[in-house]
Amino acid sequence: MQRFVDLTLNGIANGAIYAAAALSLVLIWRATRILNFAQAGMLMFTTFIAWTVIDHGVSYWLGFLVALASGLAMGALVERTIVRRVEGAPPLNAIIVTLGILVLLQALAGMLWGSTPRSFPPAFSIRGYEIGGHAVLFSRFDLFTVLVVAAVMAGLVALFSWTSLGLRMRASAFEPEVARLLGVRVGDMFTVGWALASLVGSLAGVLVAPSVFVSPNSFDAILVFGFTAAVIGGLDSPSGAIVGGGLLGLALSYVSGYAGSETVTLGALAILVATLMVRPAGLFAGPRERRV
Amino acid sequence: MLKVEGLHAGYGPVSALEGVSFEIRRGSVTAVLGANGAGKTTLLRTISGLVRARSGRVLLDGEDVVGEPVDRLVRLGMAHVPEGRGVITQLTVEENLRLGGLWRTGRGRDRLPGVYDLFPRLQERRAAAASTLSGGERQMLAIGRALMARPRLLLLDEPSLGLAPQLVAQIMRVLRDLSSDTGLTVLLVEQNARAALSVADHGIVLNVGRVVAQDAPARLAADDQLRHAYLGF
Repeated sequence: MQRFVDLTLNGIANGAIYAAAALSLVLIWRATRILNFAQAGMLMFTTFIAWTVIDHGVSYWLGFLVALASGLAMGALVERTIVRRVEGAPPLNAIIVTLGILVLLQALAGMLWGSTPRSFPPAFSIRGYEIGGHAVLFSRFDLFTVLVVAAVMAGLVALFSWTSLGLRMRASAFEPEVARLLGVRVGDMFTVGWALASLVGSLAGVLVAPSVFVSPNSFDAILVFGFTAAVIGGLDSPSGAIVGGGLLGLALSYVSGYAGSETVTLGALAILVATLMVRPAGLFAGPRERRV
Repeated sequence: MLKVEGLHAGYGPVSALEGVSFEIRRGSVTAVLGANGAGKTTLLRTISGLVRARSGRVLLDGEDVVGEPVDRLVRLGMAHVPEGRGVITQLTVEENLRLGGLWRTGRGRDRLPGVYDLFPRLQERRAAAASTLSGGERQMLAIGRALMARPRLLLLDEPSLGLAPQLVAQIMRVLRDLSSDTGLTVLLVEQNARAALSVADHGIVLNVGRVVAQDAPARLAADDQLRHAYLGF
C-alpha cells in the first residue's frame, strides 16, 4: 500500500511536467495545425540559458524567470521568422521545418555549451516529505511543480475564456478565415499562440531539468511523453493535455515501480498505440456539430 | 459608395471573373444573381480581399482597395457574411457577436443591445454554443455579428441558403429595414432570385464571370428570356 501511494504521488509530480510539455504542443496544434517537433529543442535552449544565469551565481529565481521570458521571445521569433512561411502549406513542409529547427537548435547548443550534461538545481528540496517516519516519494519541489503547472493552466483558462485577446485567439484557431473577416489580425494571434506555447514549454524544461540534467539531447524524451499525453487528451484540448499528462504520469509511475524503470518508454509507446486504436480523437474530443 | 471596374479573378488556371464592372449607391440594396458557378461568391470574396484580383479596381468611396489586407478593409467599414454563414460553432452566441465588434476598441459592446433588439432570439440563446443553433438562428447570428462592427457596406453570400421561405422573407425584410433606416449599403449574392429581387433596388445578373444584365428588379423580372436563362423562375 505504501508503495502504491508513493508511486501515485510520484506519478502526479511527473504528470504535471508531462502536462506542461503536452500543453506546449497542444497550444500550437490548435492555433496553427502544426505539430511542433522543435519544442524539445526550444525548451532545451531556454533551459540552457537559465542554467547559464544560475551557474553565474545569480539567483535561481532570476534564472527561472529568464527561462520563461526567453521561451516567450523564442516562440514569437520562431513563428515570425520561419514557421510563418509554411503555415497553410502542406503539413509535410511544417514537419520538415520544425524538425530542421530542432536539429539547428541542438547543434547550436552543442557549440555554445558543449555536450557534457550539466546539473540543474531544483527550486526546493527534492527530499521527500517525512510522513509517519517514512519519506514519501513526493518532495517540496514536486509540490512546487504541481502548483506552478496548475497556476499556468488557470492563467491560460482565464486568458482564453475571459479576455478579448483569448477570444480572438480562439476564433483564429477555429476559423481563421472568418476571424479575418471580423477584423482579427490572425497572423498576430498565431505569433501570440506560439509565444505562449513556448513559454509553457520552457516551464516544462526548467521543471524537468533537475532530474534529466541539461544537454543538447536530454529533453527528447520529454517531447515523446508530452506528445503521448497530448494524444491521450486529444490534440485540440488544453484541458485534455493536463488530464492526459496526469494519466500518463500515473501510468508510467506504476509501470516503472512494478515492472522496472527500463520499461517506461515501452509503456508510453503501448499507451500511445492503445489510445490511437481505441479513441484516436483523444478523451477530450469536442462534441460533434449539429448538422443543419 | 462601391465601384467595381474590370475585375478579373480566379483560382489557379480557372478564371471565375472576367471583367466585371458595376457601381452601387450608398444606402441601396443590390442583388447579384446567377446560376451556380456564375462567379457570385468569387465576386464577394474578391471585393472583401479574401481572393486577390488579377486585374481591375475596387473603389470604396473613391479609394482603390485591391490588394489591401482583409483586416484593413474591415476597418474601412466592410463586413462580409460568407457562404455558409461562418458562425464559429465552438464559441457561444454572445462570443460570436462580441468578436464582430472587438476591433472597434471600447465601443463594440455598445452595439450588443441594438443587435439583440433586432434579433430577440439571439438574446434568449446568448449563452448557448453556436453549434446548437438552427439554420435561421445562425443566419441571424452571422448578420448580427457583422452589424457589431457598424459597417458601411454589408456583403452577404446566399443568406437564404437552406432556410424555410418564411425565414427567408424575414431575413430579407431585416436587410431592407437596415438599409432604409440606417443607410447601410447592402450587396447581396443570391440563388433565390425571387426573394432577392423583392428587396433589392438594383439587380445584377452574372453568367460565367461576366455581367449579362443590370437593371431595376422589376425590369429584370419582366424579361422572360433573362428569367428563364439565368434566374430560374
